[in-house]
Amino acid sequence: MVALTRRQFSAGLGGVVVAFSLSPRLALAQAERLPGSLQTNRMLDAWIRINADGSATVCTGKVELGQGIITALAQIAAEELDLPLAKVVMISGDTGRTPDEGVTSGSNSLEQSGTALRFACAEARAIVIEIAAKRFGAEARTLTVADGVVSAPGGRTVSYGQLAAELDLKREATGKVAPKASAAHKIVGTAARRLDIPAKVTGGEAFIQDIRLAGMVHGRVVRPPRYGAKLESFDETEARALPGVIMVVRDGSFLGVVAEREEQAIRARFVLMTSARWSGGSALPETKNIYEHLLSLAAQVSVISEKKAAIPDGARRLEATYRRPYVAHGAIGPSCALAELKDGKLTVWTHSQGVFPLRRDLAKVMKMEQASIRCIFAEGAGCYGRSGADDAPLDAALLARALPGRPVRVQWMRDDEFGWEPFGPAMVMQVKAALGADGRIADWQYEEWSGPHGTRPGEKEGTNLFASWELAEPQPRSPSRNVPLPAGGSHRNAIPLYEFPSQRVIDHFVPVMPIWVSSLRTLGGYANVFAIESFMDEAALAAGADPIAFRLAHVKDPRAREVIETAVRKAGWKEGDKGDGRRGRGFGFAKYKNLATYCACVAEIEVDPMSGKVRVPRVVSAVDAGLIINPDGLVNQIEGGIVQSVSWTLYEEVRFEQNRVASRDWAQYPILTMPNAPQVEVELINRPGEKPMGAGEAASGPAAAAVANAFAHATGKRLRDLPLTPTRVKAALG
Amino acid sequence: MAVRLKVNGSTHSVPAEPDTPLLYVLRNDLALNGAKFGCGLAQCGACTVIVDGTAVRSCSIPIGGLGNAEVTTLEGLGTIDRPHALQRAFIEEQAAQCGYCINGMIMSAKALLDRNPRPSEADVREALAGNLCRCGTHNRIVRAVLRAAKETGRT
Repeated sequence: MVALTRRQFSAGLGGVVVAFSLSPRLALAQAERLPGSLQTNRMLDAWIRINADGSATVCTGKVELGQGIITALAQIAAEELDLPLAKVVMISGDTGRTPDEGVTSGSNSLEQSGTALRFACAEARAIVIEIAAKRFGAEARTLTVADGVVSAPGGRTVSYGQLAAELDLKREATGKVAPKASAAHKIVGTAARRLDIPAKVTGGEAFIQDIRLAGMVHGRVVRPPRYGAKLESFDETEARALPGVIMVVRDGSFLGVVAEREEQAIRARFVLMTSARWSGGSALPETKNIYEHLLSLAAQVSVISEKKAAIPDGARRLEATYRRPYVAHGAIGPSCALAELKDGKLTVWTHSQGVFPLRRDLAKVMKMEQASIRCIFAEGAGCYGRSGADDAPLDAALLARALPGRPVRVQWMRDDEFGWEPFGPAMVMQVKAALGADGRIADWQYEEWSGPHGTRPGEKEGTNLFASWELAEPQPRSPSRNVPLPAGGSHRNAIPLYEFPSQRVIDHFVPVMPIWVSSLRTLGGYANVFAIESFMDEAALAAGADPIAFRLAHVKDPRAREVIETAVRKAGWKEGDKGDGRRGRGFGFAKYKNLATYCACVAEIEVDPMSGKVRVPRVVSAVDAGLIINPDGLVNQIEGGIVQSVSWTLYEEVRFEQNRVASRDWAQYPILTMPNAPQVEVELINRPGEKPMGAGEAASGPAAAAVANAFAHATGKRLRDLPLTPTRVKAALG
Repeated sequence: MAVRLKVNGSTHSVPAEPDTPLLYVLRNDLALNGAKFGCGLAQCGACTVIVDGTAVRSCSIPIGGLGNAEVTTLEGLGTIDRPHALQRAFIEEQAAQCGYCINGMIMSAKALLDRNPRPSEADVREALAGNLCRCGTHNRIVRAVLRAAKETGRT
């Protein structure tokens, strides 16, 4: 070994320092904080281009999942640019073209991408005005803009299109140009129609499934019969002999087939499934033991909130335990992806919620540079969290690698999706409280147990793509971690918003579990709100108080109070109403993640004591999501959140048998159907002075609690285990 | 092997085996996007088309059994420029979130309105009971069908 002299060492270090100062991480640390996702994507031209035809191309890293985000972002861009909505062209989720905004999740898109676009577009408009001012020899402040045309006093005008060539947006945003005041909004705040709906109702190319590439072939995968099983053997000759079969691809326990026609690939998959022999696999609990099993697993325990005060003498002690099972995302369209490997470059079409994180994992598995991989988003069926959407692209890539130059389309079958999507994890929530003689809660002790909610691709270590763990050279699984507070993962909404003098909240996070789980809409928020809000009703009953008055006695936040009061007023809530054994009403409330949208729900319920069947005919809701970008889009999200939550709450539970997932189709995993869907009424509270917040997940927890509380109100019996199945109902009613 | 079938008023010959489910022929040979693959088990309704006036699951109908039957898909109802009353009503009501189930909703509703032009809300819900929606757009879908019924009734 040659020892470096000090001079040589410094010279070498000099190079390192230069390189380091250019690294985005250090640049970020030194630079001023910019609003929303501008913080991590600082160049204006990453977000906006003004085109010669006067239109604007607007890029976002967030993607359309059926929540209407692309329309809402287009409204924001059009508003700040003073362009008609029709002149904004949106590009989203493309590692080759758009900013990296991580994952579209957590109801964060309006705050992150929307805020970035508000500031970036306001700044772009100001730059356009400066150029126009120079051209006119006028002062910028004397110019006005409407519909993409800049006007000067005296009637001179110039359009954005005419200024496009001079406009240089290749510069860092300053974040210093203030977006419009809400009073000046013409497009934001209106119920602009969704840009994507016309194509979806007329058979246009709207979904990833509708992409047909020249020379495209059809792939299918053959998954193991149970988690962790190893592929021992299969009859390749038989499959190869089938009509249309081009190739059978095996890599370790990954098995797939490619055929000319789709039905041929499906046939070949079936034949391969029949001949494949598997060994081993993980031990799974039976359905009835899932909670004992969860509590038996090693957990990381942390106290996430603690306040201490003396508990008054004579306080009444209350205690209850609530449970929610494994729940499937259950996308109506199973996962799909296309991949093509050509000239050493891999192109992937995907409905992943995060094309950049997906690319990081794909690069590891495919042993390619990220720069050689392009992931392009195309819409899938609604996903409600991390479904199989991230796994199908790797399946497609593995098949495309075996067939360079030909695009391979992989469509999961229904049993692939139910069997191999990561479920929303089961949870157990235990609450203990002390109720003072003054009718208020003096002490609150809350513990929850949960598996991980965030097993998405893009982690620093390992990979989170299913097939990557099955290969002959498997990738290690990314170590699972909880989504940190304040948003939280298992502990999302576990800290009560109510004010108690003494409280302790404990999170039992189970990082490793044999059941494949990940994020489902709201993460832990649904179960935690269900438990907290159910228990608030139980405590109100013990205190002899109306559930609404009881809550209001424990909450100071004026926005929370207004949402609660608005919902009960709209629902016609009457203090002291009694359930009649069959009918009742219940309430639930949350501030999503304890830092975003406020939502309160009142549910009405009908119970048939003979059959044990429960119906929810009506849910009324009030929502405060800050500044409203699109009122109809917001209502649609709340309606959908409520109806889906009623489905989870009344029907849904993934079942396990003989170490396998037993819920493999819609007959074995029933969901809410049209005749049983509740009527939903939503009242919006607009807060023009507040930041806009996403609302896709705001209603799930409150709706579930409202239903459970309505059941207790109707029957006088409390159900603490979800879902409210006829068996449980009949058992409760004796 | 080629099979002839009538779709949206035209006759097509497709190079597929007679046992091929209609869905794959519509999507892959005729490049029609309307009918969607959802389950392949006739459980969810995303693939619904109309065959001789009846709403059926194209994922479970072999093309060989169609004979001279008339198949109508979502594309056969109307276009983005000249939408059918149902398509127009779904846009008016903004009756979609992800929109993946909407093909089936519209096609099942079409079959309903053809046999019962003035359905009650309960009739609509019953007619769509076999079409699953996961986003919770149920009420907008029902409203859209009732709106289309009202508008068609008026003309």
